[in-house]
Amino acid sequence: MTLTPLPYRVVDRRDETHDTVTLVLEPAGEALGSFAPGQFAMLYAFGVGEVPVSVSRIPGERRITHTVRAVGAVTRALCGLRTGAWLGVRGPFGTCWDLAAARGRDLLVVAGGIGIAPLRPLIDAVLAEPHAYGRLNVLAGARTPGDALYRDEFPAWERPFAAVTVDRPSDDWTGRVGVVTTLLGEARFTPAGTTAFVCGPEVMIRATARALVHRGVRPDRIRVSLERNMRCATGHCGHCQLGPLLLCRDGPVVGYDRAEPLLTVREL
Amino acid sequence: MTAQPGGPAGEGVLAALPAEHRGRLMALARDTAFPGATRIFEEGEEADRFWIIRSGTVALDVHVPGRGPAVVETVGAGGLLGWSWLCPPRLWHLGAETREPVRAWEFEAAPVRDLCAHNPALGLALVTVVAETIGDRLRATRTRLLDLYEPRGAERSGTGP
Ligand SMILES: Cc1cc2nc3c(=O)[nH]c(=O)nc-3n(C[C@H](O)[C@H](O)[C@H](O)COP(=O)(O)OP(=O)(O)OC[C@H]3O[C@@H](n4cnc5c(N)ncnc54)[C@H](O)[C@@H]3O)c2cc1C
Ligand code: FES
Repeated sequence: MTLTPLPYRVVDRRDETHDTVTLVLEPAGEALGSFAPGQFAMLYAFGVGEVPVSVSRIPGERRITHTVRAVGAVTRALCGLRTGAWLGVRGPFGTCWDLAAARGRDLLVVAGGIGIAPLRPLIDAVLAEPHAYGRLNVLAGARTPGDALYRDEFPAWERPFAAVTVDRPSDDWTGRVGVVTTLLGEARFTPAGTTAFVCGPEVMIRATARALVHRGVRPDRIRVSLERNMRCATGHCGHCQLGPLLLCRDGPVVGYDRAEPLLTVREL
Repeated sequence: MTAQPGGPAGEGVLAALPAEHRGRLMALARDTAFPGATRIFEEGEEADRFWIIRSGTVALDVHVPGRGPAVVETVGAGGLLGWSWLCPPRLWHLGAETREPVRAWEFEAAPVRDLCAHNPALGLALVTVVAETIGDRLRATRTRLLDLYEPRGAERSGTGP
């Protein structure tokens, strides 16, 4: 892990939706250490600022892929980078999805909005070793059909179940409509033998985790990824604090058994 | 076909009923299949039956004048299709159309209500399960109203930090 940004170049970019872009990055010289699914980098758009963004794919030793949604100044600048453009990258930071503890178990991957991005490297890792795990279920929620990410990859993720549900269907949408938890009835898993990985807005994480506990999944078998504003990403500035946790260091991935009491407190 | 009393619980609504009550209820079930794109019921019509979906999905819609039906929710395997039969005015609140071929257990409402009247314990268990489904849908609707996946902050307010 380096504390100063290394120069990386955009070697490929893809418009995912009207406000979301996937960037493939390659170092100019020295590369950062290898990333694990669930970890994040600090991406620095020169002259604009630096923000945390998870890896959304790990294509080999040197390259990293990020999917960025334009919500403000920095993410807009990142989404505007063209192939060949430079940016600064620090990392890898944070905890990972801990797949080792999920071996042999059914998997539930539950994502809301851009939350599918940090989960995609986990899905990639599971598909690379399909016999190491039980059944894979991918459940994703999006605002509208046009906001749903990676739709072309879903058929490959059906092991045995992968589906997108939207809050606001368009007239030509023939898929599911409703919150992501409504897909749980169709997923195929044995609660006691399941590990769940959940990422999305905090309200969605809470609703999903509660539904899973109600169905018999143990809270410590529910791994959630939490976001807070970040500055240093090295556990020094305190910007990412959630109760006793510094999420850049102790997160973003934590067990719901630890997260639950923190997510229901109004102010920490 | 009549289902086996006490047959497999499966997922969702049936799984939530105690085995004994499930058996009695399932004695009233009929195995039904609908092809894709079939209208099952229309908003405002008499709600005299309900279904528990075994496979496939059903879209619930509201008729919007000049625009046709707007889908507000889909119900999939294990889900309860229809609760308007339970309490007056017993008219469907929404329309329902299959999205794909659907298999379901169909129940006529009158015999189920009779069964509940004669067996209050079963009645309470069933009403509790149906109420839980209604509660889930209410929570889901409220969550969707929050517009969770909308980009945060800056975009909407139009002001910087
Ligand atoms: C561990 C982690 C992983 C992330 N992974 C991704 C990802 O894969 N893809 C992606 O598009 N986004 C990701 N984000 C969110 C991303 O960091 C924020 O969208 C970004 O910081 C917004 O910065 P901005 O300058 O563009 O917007 P600003 O103009 O600064 O802010 C716009 C809005 O976003 C909020 N915000 C600002 N910074 C953050 C932050 N760090 N976390 C949460 N909210 C913030 C502000 O409160 C404001 O409401 C991640 C955040 C964290 C903490
Ligand atoms: S971002 Fe500085 S302590 Fe976590």
